[in-house]
Amino acid sequence: MSELLTKSRARNVFYGGSIFFVVVFVALTAQSHRHIVDKATAGMPLTEEVALGKHVWERHSCINCHTLHGEGAYFAPELGNVMTRWGAQDEPELAYEILDGWMQAQPSGIEGRRQMPHFEITEEEMRGLAEFLRWADQTDTQNWPPNDAG
Amino acid sequence: MKYQSQKVAYAYFLVAMGLFAIQVAGGLLAGWIYVSPNTLSELLPFNVIRMIHTNALIVWLLLGFFGAAYYLVPEESEREIFSVKLAYIQLAILVVGTLGAVGSYLVGIHGGREFLEQPLWVKFGILVAAVIFLVNVSLTFLAGRKTAITNILMMGLWLLCLLWVFAFINPDNLSLDKMYWWFVVHLWVEATWELVMAAILGFLMLKLTGVDREVIEKWLYIIVATALFSGILGTGHHFYWIGTPGYWQWVGSIFSTFEVVPFFAMMSFAFLMVWKGRKNHPNKAALLWSLGSSTVAFFGAGVWGFLHTLHGVNYYTHGTQITAAHGHLSFYGAYVALNLAMFSYAMPLLRGRAPYNQVLNMASFWLMTGGMAFMTFTLTFAGTIQTHMQRIVGDYYMDVQDQLGLFYLMRFGSGVAVVLGAVLFIYSMLVVRREVVKPGPVVKDAKLAGE
Repeated sequence: MSELLTKSRARNVFYGGSIFFVVVFVALTAQSHRHIVDKATAGMPLTEEVALGKHVWERHSCINCHTLHGEGAYFAPELGNVMTRWGAQDEPELAYEILDGWMQAQPSGIEGRRQMPHFEITEEEMRGLAEFLRWADQTDTQNWPPNDAG
Repeated sequence: MKYQSQKVAYAYFLVAMGLFAIQVAGGLLAGWIYVSPNTLSELLPFNVIRMIHTNALIVWLLLGFFGAAYYLVPEESEREIFSVKLAYIQLAILVVGTLGAVGSYLVGIHGGREFLEQPLWVKFGILVAAVIFLVNVSLTFLAGRKTAITNILMMGLWLLCLLWVFAFINPDNLSLDKMYWWFVVHLWVEATWELVMAAILGFLMLKLTGVDREVIEKWLYIIVATALFSGILGTGHHFYWIGTPGYWQWVGSIFSTFEVVPFFAMMSFAFLMVWKGRKNHPNKAALLWSLGSSTVAFFGAGVWGFLHTLHGVNYYTHGTQITAAHGHLSFYGAYVALNLAMFSYAMPLLRGRAPYNQVLNMASFWLMTGGMAFMTFTLTFAGTIQTHMQRIVGDYYMDVQDQLGLFYLMRFGSGVAVVLGAVLFIYSMLVVRREVVKPGPVVKDAKLAGE
């Protein structure tokens, strides 16, 4: 190896190869960007309500207990398909009512049960959050998760 | 220590160890909440504790990298750091930003993208600190001798700082948000940080084993080539189920399988250099941490990463305790242990003493490594059961979690061992002044008995 692969050759392979893979990666992510906007998430419009819901989701750091499309913390249930689980994916009003009812009942205070905090959320924000979760649920995630349990 | 300005590394390492203590304390508390879920549930909810646990980890690892750069760039470049004052200003900004972030988390002010929860002003602070850092080390680097170690280190540090820009990009479209979020998260820990790791490991091998620089540097280029060739398109293993196209299942599976290679190469490199070097360097603790880091990184990042990286497997294991098992062992092996190796090597030199604390230091290695290994096993078992019950059978999340209590109890126990190890490490670095066990005599070219 030492004759054929000198230090400067190894260095050139490293630089040249890295540039090649960066170019391929950038091209694929550009294509993926279009795929996400035009196809995977196009089933439901990205309204201001959905965007508001995303901000509510972020402001309360939901991701540090829950997963969303499998990413986040593993302390609380997956929420990428929660609206399907609740049978509310196609009914915005029902989605809002179940979500609101659930969140108003937290924390449960039951001994030995994981506790979800109580969040101060206005009705407008709660409706946004419900729409955001419906919007996330309609994303084409290549049929993940395997079942409604999330 | 050959150059006065290397001394700034000391301040970086001290702050890093302080945050390390906060990180493991937060981890222990979070582990306890899994066992006893009502603990602090209204005062300090789980999500806040987890933010402190992960953010403290990331910041202290970065501080360790910055400190390592300030230590080794002067020695490699054969000159003083461009500006010591800038290095301290950079540290001050990062300390204020970190305290500000922790303070805001405690009062409920934070963003909501995982690991990037820092308030905007803190993010800008980090950006400013990164720019100061790059200017400072780059000017030192450019003016002096250039080696493969500093080439690779500089490239890793520049790229990781540039990728920080994606921390500011948060599209309203959740899937786009996730895709660009990985530009920071994956391309840090599975690409650019690996360059930094390889460079620091190369430096330690150079110092500890005395092997010829040419040999070490050629190895380094091969290691980092395999890291980037696999790691860049390996990002695809995060693009399976977030709304990205289906072809990522193949791209991600194939390239992330090769992500095992750089970790295997780093482990082989470390052992081979120690074997070839035969140098009897007095700092055995630093050597143990260096070998341990590359070994545990191979298992944590390499083996446990491969365990769930193929898309057919990941379809079932994605977002379960399997991920948590892999995350803990890979961060510990690749980045925690490597930083502790660098601290173990540099601290005695920075304080102008012979390495004096090695037995306690090495005990802390085994305590922490044993604890992390046990934690990984318990979480892997928990994740296996969770995957089966939830993803195959279809039982609901909380029903499944209720079945995993024993594993979470054992995980907490292993966390206690890790915290004790961390405390012992910091104690051996900062407090103990004498060696606790007298080393035996060094016999050059010793003959075996009866030979």
